[in-house]
Amino acid sequence: MSYLGLYHYGLYFLATAGIFGILALGLNLQWGLSGVFNLGIAGFFAIGAYASALLTGAPDPGHWGGFSLPLPVGAIAAMIISGAVALVIGAATIRLRSDYLAIATLGIAEIIRLVIKNTGDLTGGVRGIAGIPSPFHADSQLVLLIVVLAVIVVLYWLVERARVSPWGRVLRGIRENEDAAMAAGKYVTRFRLEAFVVGSAFMGLGGALYASSIGFISPEAFRPEYGTFLIWVMLIAGGSGNNVGVLVGTFLVWLVWSFSSLLTDLLPGGLATQAGAVRIFLIGLLLQVILLVRPEGLFPEKSPRLIGRPRTDAESRHTPDES
Amino acid sequence: MDILQLTYNGIVLGSILALGAIGLTMIFGVLRFAHFAHGDLMTVGAYIAFTFVHWLGWPIWLAAIPAIILTSVIAVILDQLFYRRMRRVAPVILLISSFATALMLRALVQIIWGPDNQVYETGISIPYRVAGLVVTPDSLKVLVGAVVMVVVVHLFLAHTKMGKAMRAMSDNVDLARLSGVPVKRVIFWTWVFAGALTAVAGILLGMDTRLIPTMGWNTLLPIFAATILGGVGRPYGAILGGLVIGLAMNYSVLIMPSAYKLAVAFVIMIGVLILRPQGLLKGISL
Repeated sequence: MSYLGLYHYGLYFLATAGIFGILALGLNLQWGLSGVFNLGIAGFFAIGAYASALLTGAPDPGHWGGFSLPLPVGAIAAMIISGAVALVIGAATIRLRSDYLAIATLGIAEIIRLVIKNTGDLTGGVRGIAGIPSPFHADSQLVLLIVVLAVIVVLYWLVERARVSPWGRVLRGIRENEDAAMAAGKYVTRFRLEAFVVGSAFMGLGGALYASSIGFISPEAFRPEYGTFLIWVMLIAGGSGNNVGVLVGTFLVWLVWSFSSLLTDLLPGGLATQAGAVRIFLIGLLLQVILLVRPEGLFPEKSPRLIGRPRTDAESRHTPDES
Repeated sequence: MDILQLTYNGIVLGSILALGAIGLTMIFGVLRFAHFAHGDLMTVGAYIAFTFVHWLGWPIWLAAIPAIILTSVIAVILDQLFYRRMRRVAPVILLISSFATALMLRALVQIIWGPDNQVYETGISIPYRVAGLVVTPDSLKVLVGAVVMVVVVHLFLAHTKMGKAMRAMSDNVDLARLSGVPVKRVIFWTWVFAGALTAVAGILLGMDTRLIPTMGWNTLLPIFAATILGGVGRPYGAILGGLVIGLAMNYSVLIMPSAYKLAVAFVIMIGVLILRPQGLLKGISL
């Protein structure tokens, strides 16, 4: 690979890691902060990707849409539509216990994929949608990376603010002890629903950027292996509840995932599908090992300090894990 | 397609789902976590049987025996390797772990047996026609196999000490513990029991359709639906739930495209979770 090729690959690598980072921040808002178990990341990711692709792409007789709108419009629409779908789904399911919610959200994501596959007039069906323009039609990996990084900075600032805000404290309270939060007069269902909707909107935004970055989407890209599972590995590896940790975890897992393809590429060409399976197997094993050895991840969650209130000595003595 | 045929096909599918759901509901009941690798364990069972059919030329009913044993062994190994060490933590960690197990099993199936479709037997078998009903010999074998297994399950749960202990534990873990139920042994036998049933379910599914690495994963949602509909921890509920889901999925083609069969199972499941979370047979609320 030439230096120029390496440079472009590096930019692409970082931008894709960033897109996963956006999804992981959304998941961290849901699971890490609020204990809302979403196994349907791929579904909201897909909705965002399709919403933006149909709005920003050029007209195509193969499917509906193609309005050639600018990317910010597509991205905002992706967030609104993903959030709206999450609101409808969440209104019905958010009261469920975490394992039931996991089954429900997984099912929803599979059904979203089923619908995308079977509504060819709207989504292009299994053929997918091609020719999605890159951000601002710049056709440059650098522009893509800058856009993704800018989005990450904004989202990171938002989720960190949210974490230390009264809203975030209520959510952590609900996560730790739902009954106590309810006894304190908090409307548990509404808070959980808010976290679910906002997190899913993040995932939709990630989908919009993904579509714009790859230029082509099809139902295959939103299978649970990649669209959901990888994000969970990133979250758990980095440290559920810790936004910095989650971003570092995303980067590291994406590094492992990308470089594992270099290894499996060494296998004979006829074994291409098997090579994909080997990678999935290894990433599954990685998650198992993390869960066994260090379930809190590389960067365990720290409880936030209250804004605008200096810590007293007594407080620091009683919370040695934070000093 | 007429209603009689849909009913027959629904019962065939339902009996496969029932066998998967019995194992899943007992794991859910005894170990208190949603085992996401259950569908892929089915796939493993189906492919092990395929190996004996294909390489040794065994008839499928004979190949089922090593498949049952090996799948049970794999289930126990998975528990010992991963789940046992995580039992003290929150059930959701076990769930995440089982999600990882699911992908690992599916990946292994792809690595060992390849991504292509397989069938147990090639060649054309002539279907029977009874009063307008088309009955393939394979579907009949599936029905017989499922009925035999259900009878075995009933005898085990109702008449053996271990079967009763398993039901007691899925009823009330604390009470069972206090009554001197050997918890570790019950957990061990729950995995053996669930592994054996998933193997048979996988083989029957493979006979009814064909073998692909995603066959079990694609069936996981209807199996969860059957489990929840029947009531978590209720083996007889799982049988009932399996039949209801199988029939509903097949009847749905009367009013919508068959691509959405899966969505039907899902909608029933969500409906049950919201309206009657304890299921038809009053399962445990975890």
